[in-house]
Amino acid sequence: MTEPLAPPPRKDPRRRTRVPTLPPAARSRAALGLTAAAAEGRFALQVCAECGAVAWPPRDACAGCLSVQLVWRELPPGGEVLAETAIHASPDPYFRERLPWRVGTVRLDAGPSVIAHLHGDVARGARVRMAARLDRAGQGVLIALPEKDTPHMEDDPALRALTCHPRHRRVLLVDGRDAAAPAMARALRAAGAAAVWAGEAEGWRGNPARAALAEAGAAVVPLDITDSDSVARLAGEYGGRIDIVVFNARHLRPGGVMAGNGIYTREAFDVHALGLMRLARALGPAMAARAADGVNAAAAWVNILSVWALIPDPAFGAFAAAQAAALSVARSLRGDFRASGIRVMNLFAGPIDDEWHQPLPPPKLAAEALARELVRGLAEGAEEVWCGDVARDIRERWARDPKVLEREMTGGGR
Amino acid sequence: MRRPAPYDGVVLTAPVTVPYRRYSTQSAHWWIARALRGALAAAGLAPGQIDGLCLSSFTLHPDSAVGLTQHLGLSPRWLDHIPMGGASGVVALRRAARAVQAHDADIVAVVAGDTNHIDSFRNLLSSFSRFAQDAVYPYGYGGPNAVFALLTDRYMAEYGATREDFGRICIAQRQNALRYPHALMKTPLTMEAYLSARPIATPLGLFDCVMPCAGAEAFLVMREDEAARRGLRAARILATIERHNAHAADPIQLRGGWSVDAPRLWEAAGCAPGDMDLVQTYDDYPVISMMQIEDLGFCAKGEGPAFLRGRDLTVTGDFPHNTCGGQLSAGQAGAAGGHLGLVEAIRQLTAAAGPTQVPGARRALVSGFGMVNYDRGVCSAAAVLEGMA
Amino acid sequence: MSALAGLVAALASGRVKVVDLTHRLDPDFPVIVLPPEFGQCARFRIEEVSAYDHRGPAWKWHEITMNEHTGTHFDAPCHWISGRDVPAGSVDEIDPAAFIGPACVIDCSAEAAADPDFLLQPAHVEAWEARHGPIPAGSWVLMRTDWSRRSGAAYLNMAGDGAHSPGPSAAAIEALLARGIRGFGTETVGTDAGQAAHFDPPFPAHYLLHGAGRFGLQCLKGLDRLPPTGAVLIAAPLKIRGGTGSPLRVLALVEEGQ
Repeated sequence: MTEPLAPPPRKDPRRRTRVPTLPPAARSRAALGLTAAAAEGRFALQVCAECGAVAWPPRDACAGCLSVQLVWRELPPGGEVLAETAIHASPDPYFRERLPWRVGTVRLDAGPSVIAHLHGDVARGARVRMAARLDRAGQGVLIALPEKDTPHMEDDPALRALTCHPRHRRVLLVDGRDAAAPAMARALRAAGAAAVWAGEAEGWRGNPARAALAEAGAAVVPLDITDSDSVARLAGEYGGRIDIVVFNARHLRPGGVMAGNGIYTREAFDVHALGLMRLARALGPAMAARAADGVNAAAAWVNILSVWALIPDPAFGAFAAAQAAALSVARSLRGDFRASGIRVMNLFAGPIDDEWHQPLPPPKLAAEALARELVRGLAEGAEEVWCGDVARDIRERWARDPKVLEREMTGGGR
Repeated sequence: MRRPAPYDGVVLTAPVTVPYRRYSTQSAHWWIARALRGALAAAGLAPGQIDGLCLSSFTLHPDSAVGLTQHLGLSPRWLDHIPMGGASGVVALRRAARAVQAHDADIVAVVAGDTNHIDSFRNLLSSFSRFAQDAVYPYGYGGPNAVFALLTDRYMAEYGATREDFGRICIAQRQNALRYPHALMKTPLTMEAYLSARPIATPLGLFDCVMPCAGAEAFLVMREDEAARRGLRAARILATIERHNAHAADPIQLRGGWSVDAPRLWEAAGCAPGDMDLVQTYDDYPVISMMQIEDLGFCAKGEGPAFLRGRDLTVTGDFPHNTCGGQLSAGQAGAAGGHLGLVEAIRQLTAAAGPTQVPGARRALVSGFGMVNYDRGVCSAAAVLEGMA
Repeated sequence: MSALAGLVAALASGRVKVVDLTHRLDPDFPVIVLPPEFGQCARFRIEEVSAYDHRGPAWKWHEITMNEHTGTHFDAPCHWISGRDVPAGSVDEIDPAAFIGPACVIDCSAEAAADPDFLLQPAHVEAWEARHGPIPAGSWVLMRTDWSRRSGAAYLNMAGDGAHSPGPSAAAIEALLARGIRGFGTETVGTDAGQAAHFDPPFPAHYLLHGAGRFGLQCLKGLDRLPPTGAVLIAAPLKIRGGTGSPLRVLALVEEGQ
């Protein structure tokens, strides 16, 4: 049984904040396929397209038929633990700080045996459910979870090290005026977040959503991501306490590239690309420094992006361009955060059921669904979360052929 | 499959061990040079008189055997580099013996050496293999200890072996090591100390694990008449086997490649396990020694624990095993660890083992096991040797 | 003594004081709020370019961005559709002499305190004239409400039906225009009242003033420090090509004893 995670005690000011260390990060190019699957929370291994053999460890040719057509495919996650060990000695600084560390040999129903992290609730002989997760180095690893959920299982230290679960963590929700902000605050608090701060730009406008935010358990803090000063003030006051950032600011105005409005476009970039950069510069270094700070170590930077970041809807061309820029910023941010282990999670949403998408036909994403996916993504430690039917559809088509999708989106298809 | 040709007319001689050290500030080149010089001195040869070199080393980087010829001023007409870790000794013997037999070389020096700097073990691990990098080290970074802990755990569950069964192997080897002048471990080991040692990776404790160190081993391979002409005591090769990536479909390693090839080994050698006067297994972990004893036919699979319970594994016992203490007590000097048992066996069969000498030792089995590429050792090899009384 | 020499002497002696009627340009200072589908008034933004550091070792400077109508600012005739055809109606073309003139300050602070939607009516103008004499042609007429003491959300005083802040009625502006004023200034975010979108015409101060080629001053600060008459106001906008307005440093010269 997993011990429920106790809230962290207040920090002893005499103690040095631990510097983050990372598990081994080196991987072959083939092995990065697991990272790609884990980034989306998918359990996938290489399968030979010719003979169907499942390969592990990742490789460049099939050990069954020497075919080089190996494709990553989702597989049934069942397996059985054949052997286990608790490692008490390791020359690696990351694991040295976490000993003893349990690993096991799991025979997968899909075929191969894998060495995997063991959840505390599984032991030799147990039936398990395998999951691919990202470790603090940002690389895909396998963990054997109990076949059926166990109480407090997400609090298991081995699992928590692979996720960014909000429990006992403090979250900055960047834009408290966002229509989905109360739902997200509520979901984060329900998942155990110790605090949710909701940013509010232009307090002088007043904010009708304040009551809903308060009811959802969020405290409003002044934050205008288009104003370096405001960002610096927030970072000064809250920078050392923010464990998870949810960048949900959104500046959406209809308008294509030719017919669009230059000022709207600049504002969109100011919010999405520059705003993201401003906030990252202000909060990132403190978060990176606190990435090993105990139970509520800084863990994740979440960007809520439009799926149009991948491929634009030309009717929203300017907004989509700003989203694409934000996606690029988010990817660079991954590089910046790499040494700290802070996860950068991009949550791609289709059209949200808000005022700006009012004339669009369904399906549209409800705020509650967005909030649910946000918490799920954090609990899985995912890097890419596809939220809603539209986002998943675009992701599929984009993965299949971006050019075909482009033609369809720009009015060349059916 | 045709039976391989016998190793008629080829012998092993001039066994040399350069005393091991826990850490060394010297390079692998330094250790290899000392071993080679020792073997040449033992045979009364000058460096220019060897025309073959077979090298094994992990820490020679960025050099290889090629670089070493220039470094050491050698001009061999036959050169090989065996990157097979714990199997490299027996495999080197196989390669060198055939080269001499075919007159590709007249005298081959088989040399293995590695250094051990502070942190060099961690560096070695981190670049050991692609599968280990991708699929083992990210999981606790326990190195080979963790992998063998898993094998041991499974072996114990499968066959009912106990920690005491493995402890007996370690304790007997420590007793042998107390006689061996070059062993790093010189404190007697009790069962209580073995069982209560700090855990390394459960079920493995401290005394189940080898201590990485610096060291070098060497011997010479030449024709029998050449050895006789020089008055060198030598050992003959009765048979050898080698196998890689056997039993790939086994979900976890409970047997090695020996189990595929052992029948042919004994058939070619013309003798049986019971005819061995001593056995040198590759002992990076006691479970592997247990596996070799089973897979090479001393007992059936899974009966290793019972087989060993009834036997005395010391130099003076009824089943002399790893007579110089093995790597568990002498230390693991990188690739030289794959030559330790072989060099000791040549000493035994040429009556040169001194304090560890098994009286009247005539036949020896030497086994090698190497390269935990992912979740198991991939290379296995064995040789049956005979002294020339 | 020449007129200017006299002024200089008066300034030096303190007999004429310089009163600053300007809010600090600050990112947090409110701007007018329009429905989001319209273009918005950019707030003041300031970024450090260097501060005696690796970006410029011996100097400090900032880059600033804003709308023409951000902070204490000037409205030129071409700001409004009614003034689009006014000759020389942009800030760069207005005769610079037009920026300086006498100020008449109508104190509506008590009324505004009682009613945020207070509207200045012709009757208030007439009552003021009864006390202080006729408003001279070429005057800056300033509506004092003490609104500049408000900050944060109280400044726009926004509710579900829009902002609630005092301003002039259409009739009052017409009355002032009839007197030939130079321009009209307020302490609120615009020259019009918060609810002026619902007036007829909408935004009458803007519509009527600019249509008549007159100027607006808004977001003035501390009009309570001016006498009802006698002060001289200097409100020179930046010379922006075709500019419809400009942030201002508004200075009033006030003579002792007034």
